[in-house]
Amino acid sequence: MTRLVLVRLGWGLLTLWFVSVLVFAGTEILPGDVAAAILGQNATPESLAALRDALGLDAPAVQRYFGWLASFIQGDLGQSLTNRQPVADLLWPRFWNTMALAAYAAAVSLPLAVTLGICTAVWRNSFFDRAANVVALGTVSLPEYFLGLLLILLLSVHTGLLPSLADTHDGMGLLAWLKATTLPMIVLTLVTVAQVMRMTRTAVLAVMDQPYIEMNYLKGLPNSRVVLCHAVPNAAAPIINVVAFNIAYLITGVVLVEAVFNYNGLGRFMVDAVSKRDLPMVQGAAMVFAAAYILLNMLADFGAIALNPRLRHPRISES
Amino acid sequence: MTSISKGLILDRRSLIAGASALGIAGLMGRPALAQETPVRGGVFVMGIGGGSTTDDFDLRKLTDWVPVNQAYMVMNGLVEIDKDNVAQPELFESWTAAEGAVEWTFKVRQGVTFHNGKTLTADDIIYSLNIHRGETTSAAVSVAAAFKDVAKVSDSEVKITLESGNADLPYVLSDYHFLVVPDGFQAWSNPIGTGPFTLESFEPGVRARFVRNESYWKPGCANVDAVEVIVINDIAARTNALMSGQVHAINRVDFKTVDLLSQAPNLQIVRSAGGQHFTFLMDCTQAPFQDNNVRMAIKHAINRDQLLQTALLGNGRLGNDHPIPSTDRFYHSELAQRPYDPEKAKYYLKQAGLDSLKVTLSSSDAAFPGAVDAASVFRTAASAAGIEVEVKREPTDGYWDNVWMKAPFCMSFWGGRPTADQMLTIAYQSASAQNDTRWANEEFDKLLVEARALLDENRRREIYWRLQELISNEGGAMIPMFGDYIDASSTKVKGVQPHPMFNLMGARMAEKVWLEA
Repeated sequence: MTRLVLVRLGWGLLTLWFVSVLVFAGTEILPGDVAAAILGQNATPESLAALRDALGLDAPAVQRYFGWLASFIQGDLGQSLTNRQPVADLLWPRFWNTMALAAYAAAVSLPLAVTLGICTAVWRNSFFDRAANVVALGTVSLPEYFLGLLLILLLSVHTGLLPSLADTHDGMGLLAWLKATTLPMIVLTLVTVAQVMRMTRTAVLAVMDQPYIEMNYLKGLPNSRVVLCHAVPNAAAPIINVVAFNIAYLITGVVLVEAVFNYNGLGRFMVDAVSKRDLPMVQGAAMVFAAAYILLNMLADFGAIALNPRLRHPRISES
Repeated sequence: MTSISKGLILDRRSLIAGASALGIAGLMGRPALAQETPVRGGVFVMGIGGGSTTDDFDLRKLTDWVPVNQAYMVMNGLVEIDKDNVAQPELFESWTAAEGAVEWTFKVRQGVTFHNGKTLTADDIIYSLNIHRGETTSAAVSVAAAFKDVAKVSDSEVKITLESGNADLPYVLSDYHFLVVPDGFQAWSNPIGTGPFTLESFEPGVRARFVRNESYWKPGCANVDAVEVIVINDIAARTNALMSGQVHAINRVDFKTVDLLSQAPNLQIVRSAGGQHFTFLMDCTQAPFQDNNVRMAIKHAINRDQLLQTALLGNGRLGNDHPIPSTDRFYHSELAQRPYDPEKAKYYLKQAGLDSLKVTLSSSDAAFPGAVDAASVFRTAASAAGIEVEVKREPTDGYWDNVWMKAPFCMSFWGGRPTADQMLTIAYQSASAQNDTRWANEEFDKLLVEARALLDENRRREIYWRLQELISNEGGAMIPMFGDYIDASSTKVKGVQPHPMFNLMGARMAEKVWLEA
């Protein structure tokens, strides 16, 4: 198991490095650079050259990349090229904002989705099953920004129940924070429920068809006990997988939701950084996103292995 | 010495035409309210688009709406452009120019203190001007290059010597980069100024909060207790925030939703008819545009009314292929409006020895929102004149670096400038680095310099009219329309007025307005 974790971690780091190369190359290929972005239409060839020189953009791309990599390995994310602030100071508060919103959404959406999934499996083909499926698939089929605007129209503009801006700041109380972020939370919940619910339903149903479940029923166990104590634990691996996937999505895929609700998270930070071609900021944000994605996928794998004896002891199954 | 302030009083009279044009473009659908007395108190919340995580208060880097508005909350300018497009004293209390308008003497306003308690003197103003001069990355470096010398006469007097005469110097000094900080000031994320508010908290690109400077010197201003700026770059989010009452005022309203918003009973729409205009740039040094007949053919091959309706949904005015807006006191009011005339376009093509013309138009929404649509409108209109236009959609990123001033035929825009001279100099003088049509006309260059130094308004008007004719009939820019700046605010906000420079009352809205008690 330890060896497996180490190997996985190694692959994770390699992936992270690969992402950093891709992001760097991508930002290099994009037309324009940070000097042009700062000066905009006011740029003259002289002022461009002076600014490029001051920012060290004249050095070859490879040299700049390894310069960045060397300090990144030492834990230094560098300085923003545009306003000379340390990237870490700009990045972490927004990272925690994104994490907080993701956690709020996950705390509501995942228990809801898993419960719904189990219920639809238990009462399969009932009216409840169909209704839950139709609603969940309906909300997941609508793009986030459209759902967001729809909810703003209903809950904010017409009724005034919730604020349309997820306007959060330091020192606001928990209740105020929850109120400000409830609309984006609802949107994120609506777009993630369907997948987890359907996956849970399928996984539980697959187990329910097995002979040992039939045996349980024949023993006279009540339905709830069969499902919760015998079926769900054996269906856990795919459920954990899809849950981890959705948490990763909540963290990395919230850019649109952040734009619609003007939420001060990492997605908006990255959009700003890319439009300014501020490479240290782009790289910093990309590394955090990639690390979150890789880590959660890794955790999903470990979880699945830990719960499945056949994967936990691979050599026994091979022999 | 000629007194310029007297000259300005004369200007006011000659401005009547311009002022009435402003009135039409003013508060829409509501009778202009009589002057009410400002009420003190309340927290004014603004939702402004055009901010970024990398913003600070560095005066040399001011370009976008949020930093400019915020800078005006903390600091004052030297000269203020009022709602009638006239230069008014701000931290410069009065000024005089020697004949030839090369040497100017400015009196520094007395009794003004910075937020840190320091009294404003000539040194602070000289420092604030010098950060834009010489070796600097200031965006105003080309404007400040006209100052040959900025010298202290006494603590209360500054003398500016220009490279060559410019009767419009007070207007030039109204540029939003020329705000005043204390001598030697460097801490751009924690600004100190003489302005109506002091910075309380600041999260770049997210929000900022300002509280009233209780000892503010300007009468009738700084009425609200505090101002909160929420940066909302997404246009839909901005509109929603206003409609749900989370903010009092927003800038850059979507043209497509203006009509809907104006029907809401608790909202007011403010149109500022400024000098912002949209251009189709023909590079006069590249084929086929070296021939003025081709340029004239293009200028006749566009349906300006249709374009104004399609691209701006009527929120603007027709352009006449020169950059001077009708609000400018030197606007050529007798130059006939150029019509859409395919036959005439064909005639000009024939003069150029061509039966038909095929051109590629580089377009991108970086030039202005709706530019790609505008290009398609032009393509349709031009085909009737035998001109085949291929619209090439360029990426928004890097448009100014890679397309503008490089492609032979591309789209662009100019924000308004406070004076006709600045606008004509920056974009049409042959030696300017931003002469984006590479048009070179000796008569134009000569007259432009002559008019700049003239203190005689009537002679200047004659020259500027001639210059507008020259650009319109020979220049490389097809300028089909001017666009309004549109803001919206809650009816609780009082004292809201359109401004001839830009939106949000020339970026000074927070200073001027008050909230209904």
